[in-house]
Amino acid sequence: MAEPQPDFLHKIIQRIDLRTGKDAVQARQVVARELKARGVSALRVTRFATAVSEIARNVIVHGGGGHFTVGLNAATSYLDVECRDRGRGIPDIEQAMKDGFTTAGGLGRGLGGAKRLSDRFEIETVPGQGTTVRMSAKI
Amino acid sequence: MPQTGTATILKIFEADFGGIVEEWRGTQVEEGVRRSDLFTDSESRAQNIELLKAFLTGIRSGVHEQDFSFEDTAWEDLRAVLADLTKERVSRGVTPSEMANFVLALKAPLFSRLATELAGDTDRLMAEIRLVTRLIDAFAIYTNEVFIAEREQIIERQREEMMELSTPVVELWDRVLTLPLIGTLDSARSQEVMENLLETILQRQAEVVIVDITGVSTVDTQVAQHLLRAAAAVRLMGAECIISGISPMIAQTMVQLGIDVGTVSTRSSIRTALADALRKVGYVIEKRDAH
Amino acid sequence: MSGVASIHLVENALLVSIQDDVTDTEIIDLQDALSNRIADENVDGVIVDISALEIVDTFVGRVIAQLAGISRLLAAETYVVGMRPAVAVTLVELGMYLPQTRTALSLSHALAQLRRG
Repeated sequence: MAEPQPDFLHKIIQRIDLRTGKDAVQARQVVARELKARGVSALRVTRFATAVSEIARNVIVHGGGGHFTVGLNAATSYLDVECRDRGRGIPDIEQAMKDGFTTAGGLGRGLGGAKRLSDRFEIETVPGQGTTVRMSAKI
Repeated sequence: MPQTGTATILKIFEADFGGIVEEWRGTQVEEGVRRSDLFTDSESRAQNIELLKAFLTGIRSGVHEQDFSFEDTAWEDLRAVLADLTKERVSRGVTPSEMANFVLALKAPLFSRLATELAGDTDRLMAEIRLVTRLIDAFAIYTNEVFIAEREQIIERQREEMMELSTPVVELWDRVLTLPLIGTLDSARSQEVMENLLETILQRQAEVVIVDITGVSTVDTQVAQHLLRAAAAVRLMGAECIISGISPMIAQTMVQLGIDVGTVSTRSSIRTALADALRKVGYVIEKRDAH
Repeated sequence: MSGVASIHLVENALLVSIQDDVTDTEIIDLQDALSNRIADENVDGVIVDISALEIVDTFVGRVIAQLAGISRLLAAETYVVGMRPAVAVTLVELGMYLPQTRTALSLSHALAQLRRG
């Protein structure tokens, strides 16, 4: 997989193993806490924490578990989050990004939404090897 | 064995620092960039001296074999002084070219002294003039960058202030809010407007919100989308939304664009929207006697 | 039933307050428990108080939407109350409008609406 931007996750704040629902809750709460501590508005905190919640869930539900890391970029102007798993990968990423939420309870993975709610969003997936999402919120 | 490129410059500065400062200031006056309307004499002299000192520090350790990199730590001091100076001047209304020329005016006094010092040695004279030119150009460019960044910040702050002023949420009646939208609605603005509106609904426990679009210049698909999202968000909070100010022309445009407002109430004027709203919160409107 | 959400009977409606650290499993269990109680107690409404939720993502949104559908089949109306502004803006941006759910400013507003029928 390609290298992330050089200043990504320059200073790591916390790592969480994503295995169960409780870990996803913890991950999104850590993100909310860190953004609030840096003076980000309630609206933007909710937006990004919601995006992280979606991705963390994907890791657990579709990725067979994985890792979550949160930190700051080199200039401390972004809060960076990385979620990675070694699951099946996402076969058709373009389609997955288009699948938003559907009221019929569809299988949309919330990727398009997560991207819209983040200031930076990158996803890499290799079918059979896993998926890595790198997402950031401006501080 | 030619002396290192900066030896002459350093010698010149050591010999006549004060003189260079005064000549520089003189050139600035000639170029019309000293802005004595904005800065007192002693203020601007102090600025020039600070700059030159930092310049000297940089030259002493930051030039190697006729080359330099402005990002080096050797130039930290100068960068810091230039940044402070530029920000100070931006806030007082100096223009970017005035700022750049303020720095560039340093070339004249240095060149004339170099020419005197290295009179017989054209090769060295040219080499040092080239070096000095590149150095001072780099400072001017850096100044420009700081200037632009600072201006963008000021513009952003002003934009935010303007947004707050131009989208007031008004409590028209007990539990009835109105939001008159004016101008264009872009997505950044609409998010903040929405959040402000929803916060007010919460604080005032408003049951009805009238969003008036009479002042919106164009209603296209994007604007309509923002409006419908706003209406949906208002509903999620537990209040009702009425969109007023739908002129016949806007109605036609919306139908032609295939925009479906769903269950959102729409009215052509604030008057009828207000009457609706008052009824919804439990009032009956009666005329007292014939007028 | 987990300690995550409390269910109370108020004027022939079930009131549920969801806590901020609710997990996916817990909320599914809650949906189950609620469905059973709606049927058992023959209530007219379910009032879901989400004022403690700072984050409502597509999963929770879907569960609430499903609950509204289930309740309606069991002849009860579902009300969502206490949604935070930031949450409302985010849900709408995610395309979740929750059309099947009724909404109200507060518990008392929801109860007033239920009384009106």
